[in-house]
Amino acid sequence: MGLLSFATSLSFPRGVHPPGMKADTKDKAIRRLAFAPRVILPLQQHFGTPSLPQVQVHQEVVRGELIAVADGVQSVPLHASVTGVVEGIELMPTARGPKTEAIIIRTTPGDTQAVQWSLPRGDLMQASRKEIIQAIQDAGLVGLGGAAFPTHIKLSPPYEYPVDTLLINGCECEPYLSTDHRIMLEHTQDLITGVRLAIRAAGAERAIIGVEDDKPDAIAALRAKLAKDDIISVGKVRAKYPQGSEKMLIKALLGREVPSGGFPYHVGVVVNNVGTMAQLGHLLPLGEGMIERVITVAGPGVQRPGNYLVPLGTPLRFLLQQVGFTGKDASHLILGGPMMGNTVASLDVPITKGVSGLVVLSDPETQAEDVRIHPCIRCGYCVDVCPVGLNPSDLGKLAAKRQYALMQERFHLNDCFECGCCAYVCPSHIPLVQYFRIAKVLNRERQS
Amino acid sequence: MSALHIKLKTSPHLIQAVSVEQIMRNVVYALLPVCAFAVWHFGISALALLVTTTAACVGTERVINLLSGKPSTVTDFSAVITGLLLALTLPPAFPLWMAAVSGIIGIALGKAMFGGLGYNLFNPALIGRAFAQGAFPGAISTWTLPGHPDRFVEFLPSTLAIPFTRPESVDGWTSATPLTAWKFQGVDTPSMELFTGMVAGSVGETSALLILGCGLYLVARRMMNWHIPAAVLSGAFITAGVCYLIDPNAYPTPWFVVLSGGLMLGAVFMASDMVASPVTRSGVWLYGLLIGFLTVIIRFFGGLPEGVMYAILLGNAASPLIERITQPRPYGTGRRRPL
Repeated sequence: MGLLSFATSLSFPRGVHPPGMKADTKDKAIRRLAFAPRVILPLQQHFGTPSLPQVQVHQEVVRGELIAVADGVQSVPLHASVTGVVEGIELMPTARGPKTEAIIIRTTPGDTQAVQWSLPRGDLMQASRKEIIQAIQDAGLVGLGGAAFPTHIKLSPPYEYPVDTLLINGCECEPYLSTDHRIMLEHTQDLITGVRLAIRAAGAERAIIGVEDDKPDAIAALRAKLAKDDIISVGKVRAKYPQGSEKMLIKALLGREVPSGGFPYHVGVVVNNVGTMAQLGHLLPLGEGMIERVITVAGPGVQRPGNYLVPLGTPLRFLLQQVGFTGKDASHLILGGPMMGNTVASLDVPITKGVSGLVVLSDPETQAEDVRIHPCIRCGYCVDVCPVGLNPSDLGKLAAKRQYALMQERFHLNDCFECGCCAYVCPSHIPLVQYFRIAKVLNRERQS
Repeated sequence: MSALHIKLKTSPHLIQAVSVEQIMRNVVYALLPVCAFAVWHFGISALALLVTTTAACVGTERVINLLSGKPSTVTDFSAVITGLLLALTLPPAFPLWMAAVSGIIGIALGKAMFGGLGYNLFNPALIGRAFAQGAFPGAISTWTLPGHPDRFVEFLPSTLAIPFTRPESVDGWTSATPLTAWKFQGVDTPSMELFTGMVAGSVGETSALLILGCGLYLVARRMMNWHIPAAVLSGAFITAGVCYLIDPNAYPTPWFVVLSGGLMLGAVFMASDMVASPVTRSGVWLYGLLIGFLTVIIRFFGGLPEGVMYAILLGNAASPLIERITQPRPYGTGRRRPL
C-alpha cells in the first residue's frame, strides 16, 4: 500500500472516498444460509420482459428446476431455489416499490435440498458463440452487480460493434459490501472459467479483471491462477468511489470514454461483474440454472455480519432472523450499497438476482435527522467530485427552479448515472442526485 | 422486530460529515489568530473595531431575518466572518461609528439584498470596505504606528469619534504604510518586516506569515480551495515581475508587491470566498490570476496606493462569466459544453 500502489493504480478523474466499512465482513468466508420456510421468486428479477411461469399451484418442484421460461430474447428463465410445493403465483412487494407477480414455494422440511435438475451440454469450450449465448440465457444469468441486466444480451452486442476487450468488474467500491471480494478469493477457478467462456461468447480478444488496490489478496489470488501471457489479466485500480461503475472502469483501465448516451460496446468493450462470471463458470459446465447468490449482510443493526450464500427468494424477514437482527440501531434497510442502493418498505421483500447486499444502518450513520438544507454556497465540492464531469451545482439550481428541460438540453442531465457523489459531499446537504432523479422522470413523462 | 421503524429514502444514504456551519466556523477559527495579532499590534482600538463590525454585521443579519420572516441565519457564522474580515481591512484608528455603518452596508447591500448566503455576487466585507473608501476617504487613509506603548490603555483619539462628526486628528500616532511610503515617498520596506508584520497598515493585513499559516489550516482541513490564493499571488507576482524587469528603478520588487498591503489577507481570506468565486477548477485559476493582475495594475498605475479590494470585487463580478467559459468537459463528449 502507500505511495507505491498509489502510483501504479489506474483511475478515472474525480470521485470520492467514503469510508470502506468492510472490516466486519471482508475476512469472513462465505457461509450458506438456511433455507427459508417459504421463498418468493418474482418473475421479473432482471431488466427486461418478465418470465412466463411453467408451474401450477400445488405442483411439487425440485431445487434447480425450471419454473418459468424466458419470454423472448429480452428475458431470462427462472429456476426453483428450493425443493417444495408451489403455494401460489401472486402479487408480492419488491424492492423497487410496486408489487409484481411472483412464484411462492413452500419449502419441503427435511429435504436434502440438493440440486436435482440440469440441462447438460457438451464441452462448451468447443461450442459456438451462439451456443454459449443460449446456454447463458438458459442459466437465467443476469448482472449480479446490481443492474440485473441479462448477461446473454450484454455478451452479444450488435454485429457492427465488434468487442475486443471484456472488462470484469471486481472493484466493489460501495461501502460495506464485500461479496465480490470473497468471490474472487473463494471462487477463483469458477470466475476464471466463466471469463474464458464469456470471452468466447463475446468474440473478444482479451479480458481484464479490474480490482481495487484495497484488495491485494484478491489480486494475488487471481494472478496466481493466470499465466504471464494469458489473455486474461488483472488490472489494479485505485480504491475510490465510483470506480465500479462501468463507464469509470472503462476510462480507468482502457482510457476510452463511452460516448454520451451510448453503451460500452460502442468502444469495443463489454463489462461484467465478477459474481456473474463466477456463476457462469460454475453453472454452465453443469447445465444448471441460477438459484442462489452471495450477498453481504452488514451494518450496525446486524449481530453476525458476513457474506452469505442465499437461496433466491429468501424473504428479508427470514434473512434478518438468521443474522441476529434485533431491530435495535436500525432505521434504514438498504438493498445494495449505501451509495446507490434502495431502502425497502417491507420485510416480505425477497432477495433477488440483482441484490448484492443488505446494509442495515441507523440514524447516526446516515445523519438522517437534524440536517438543515442550506442554500448552495458555491463551494464547488460537487464539481470537484462528479465522475462524469457535470456541474451538479448549476444542475441543482436549475432543478430548484424546475427548469428540467434545460437541464437535459444544455447541462447533460442524462449523462448523470446517479452515483450520489455530489449529494455525498454537499456541505449544504442539498439532495442533488435526488433532484436529478425527479428531473429525469418528469422529462421522460413530458417526452412520451 | 414488531416495533421496527424503517425509513424510506433514496440514495445516497451516507453524507460526508462536513456542513456549511462547520466550514464557516473553521474560517472563524482561522481568523482568530490574525485578530489576536492585530489586537496585540494595535491595541484596544483594534479590539473595539473587531467587536463593533462583528456586532454590526451579525445584528444586521438578524434584523433582516426578522423583517423578511425567515429563520435565523446567524448560526451559520457567515455574518461573523464578514464582520471580522471587514475590521481586518480597516485602519486601526478608523472611527467605530463609521465601521458600524460600513458593516451594516456590507451585510444589507452586499449580501441580504441578493438573497442571503450563497446568492451574493460580491464578498460582503469588501462591499462594506468599498463603501467606507467612498464615504470616509480621510479616515480610511489615516494610518497609525504599530506597537505604540499606550495602545492597551488608551484608544486612538479618532476611534471614539461621536457619530456623524469628523474624527479628531491623530497627530503623534500616524505613520505611513509600506505601500504609501513606496508610492508617495519612494521608500522601500524590507521584506522581512512585511513578512512578520512589524509595519503600519490595516488592522489585520500586516503579517503575511500569520495569514499564510492560518490559511494553511483551512487548506489542511479541506475547507479552502488553495488554488485561489495560489493563483492570486502568482498573478500579482508575475505582473509585478514583468514590470520590475522592464524598469527596476520605477517599480518595487515582486516580493514587496506580494507581501505588502492587503494582498495576502485578500488572497487567502477574501478572494477564496466560496460564494463569490467560480466553482470550476480552471475557472478558479483564471479568476485568481485576474485578481492578482488587477491588484498590481491599480497599485502601480492608479491613484490609490492599494488595489486589492477593487481587484477582488472585479474578480467577483467576472466570476459568472469565467465559470461559463470553463465548464468541465462531460465524460463521453468530445468537446466542452457550448456556451
